[in-house]
Amino acid sequence: MTATTGPTVLEPDGRAPIRDPEPARGTFVHDTLVVFRRAMRISLRNPVWSIMGLLQPVLYLSLFGPLLEPLAPALGAANAYQLFVPGLLVQLGMFGARFVGFGLIAEWRDGVIESERVTPAPRSALVLGRVLRDVLVILVQGVVLVATAFLFGLDAPLGGIALGIVSAALLGAAFASLSYAVALTLKSEDALAPLLNGIALPLLLLSGILLPITAASAPSWLNHLSDVNPLKHIVSGIRAEFAGDITSSTALWGYGLTVVLVGLGLWFGTRTFRNEDG
Amino acid sequence: MIHARGLARTYHSRRGDVDAVRGVDLDVAAGEIVGFLGPNGAGKTTTLRMLTTLLAPTRGEATVAGIDLRRNPGGVRRRIGYVAQSGSTSGAARAGEEVIDHALLYGVPRSEAAARGRELFGQLELDGLWDRKCSTLSGGQRRRLDIAMGLVHIPQLVFLDEPTTGLDPQARANLWVHVRALRDDRGSTVFLTTHYLEEADALCDRILVIDHGSIVAEGTPEELKQRVSGDAVVLTATRPNDIARLVAISGALPGAGAPTVDGTVVEVRVPAGRTLLAGLLRALDADGIELAGVELRRPTLDDVFLTLTGRSLRDGEPPDGPVDRTATSDGAAA
Ligand SMILES: Nc1ncnc2c1ncn2[C@@H]1O[C@H](COP(=O)(O)OP(=O)(O)OP(=O)(O)O)[C@@H](O)[C@H]1O
Ligand SMILES: [Mg+2]
Repeated sequence: MTATTGPTVLEPDGRAPIRDPEPARGTFVHDTLVVFRRAMRISLRNPVWSIMGLLQPVLYLSLFGPLLEPLAPALGAANAYQLFVPGLLVQLGMFGARFVGFGLIAEWRDGVIESERVTPAPRSALVLGRVLRDVLVILVQGVVLVATAFLFGLDAPLGGIALGIVSAALLGAAFASLSYAVALTLKSEDALAPLLNGIALPLLLLSGILLPITAASAPSWLNHLSDVNPLKHIVSGIRAEFAGDITSSTALWGYGLTVVLVGLGLWFGTRTFRNEDG
Repeated sequence: MIHARGLARTYHSRRGDVDAVRGVDLDVAAGEIVGFLGPNGAGKTTTLRMLTTLLAPTRGEATVAGIDLRRNPGGVRRRIGYVAQSGSTSGAARAGEEVIDHALLYGVPRSEAAARGRELFGQLELDGLWDRKCSTLSGGQRRRLDIAMGLVHIPQLVFLDEPTTGLDPQARANLWVHVRALRDDRGSTVFLTTHYLEEADALCDRILVIDHGSIVAEGTPEELKQRVSGDAVVLTATRPNDIARLVAISGALPGAGAPTVDGTVVEVRVPAGRTLLAGLLRALDADGIELAGVELRRPTLDDVFLTLTGRSLRDGEPPDGPVDRTATSDGAAA
């Protein structure tokens, strides 16, 4: 192990007698955890962003929630927060993860991405490790959000709530991967923010997060437009879960679409890390 | 250890194509320290990034550490270490943790990574900085941390891109000792780029000179110096009217170039000046020429460079002007 042992004799074929690197190992889980722990450590030392991410849904909850309470019966819900909290969870998943790409650009500037890409770690582990950190942050934020909502009068079955929080966290995984992929492609904060906002805001508005978009509540063009937005179905799915219908077709569509988005996001993110010019 | 044939890379950017590397052939044997010398924009970093799997070659092929670069990049990665020109640690992370995490990604067990990391911190004079946030390190300290990152997993082949840039003379000399130890104690192969001629001269077994994306010369420092320039004999006359005879005699030395005159100073380039000097002085003495000074200047790599590329290493910019690098990974270092 030390560099101070006497001169080493070279093998006859001139090859260095250095410990031969292990053959390709199954390193995916190991390397993902290494990247995850590193990212988590750095985030925990500077939790400002995570706390700011929480502030937004709590503000919505306290400043906007009361307005919804009298509307709930008209929208067909017994409890306004059963309708509203799923929307906030989706918003948390999307917006909480949207700007993680900024951190990645900073890391890229520091040379971290290149120094990770030159290791044998699978490229997917480099993305997934970071995404896991983001998912964990959103999970914690989701729990705090729901706990706060209980103070305001949320009434929903625990199993459904748990599924709702997990869905939001998975949505966060999809958007975090997207954010990483776009960040590493653009390599510029100035271009990243407007692009991600440009994608996220219409998606959010067309998902019926604040007020459900239905044939009854919206003009038909708006309703049709929102129907092609997977987020709308994911929000509806979480609403079904909050109502206790965790195996209804609405809920199943929600799970399915969430998983598809996560898969697409991770594929896109990994592809960017693999890209020779990354 | 490295065999490359026709390695080339063209960058495509909005401002048009840049032929950064135009067909490089190179062979590096195991246990060699090879210096890659060239002015800014010559294509050193691009070549290194291709050999370390970070950049796909546009053309050509290479085997690195016995592994085909295109067919098995993962196998190459497992066998090499790389210190990038532009740094490798996050400002937000702590020095020791960055080193350990990097080693873990090579599959080094944690305890071994920590021991090796601390050993390197000692050798690179980073003692006491293990728990420091990287952004609070000085430039030279952070550079040495990059080097520790690249060596922590004990690779058999190390690529160092301008490892000593930003280091003070003492830290640089210390790094030289360390790089030599890599070769002597472990039999490692080191491929490094540098702008410092004295560094290539002092440290490298062999030098490759690259300019405009092509290798323009190759050899040991001694060979290069001899092949290209020879020694400069500088004679200072006491009396101005001796100059003409001084020029005639020195210009008649075997293999001499045309002498140049600057005031009372006559300079002439001759191959192996050391062996001619005694005879020259006797001849001048016999002719009654009095000298105020004699100097024999061994050629530096700078002379070599000047001869080969028409410009000095020190003056930087590529002749085709600055290129937009903002959208590249080298942008950060520019
Ligand atoms: N991503 C890129 N896109 C376009 N051009 C690039 C890119 N990267 C490098 N170049 C150009 O390719 C050429 C070679 O660059 P390279 O970084 O390999 O030079 P170098 O020899 O390492 O120089 P230096 O001594 O300044 O580090 C330069 O003209 C540079 O501007
Ligand atoms: Mg360079």
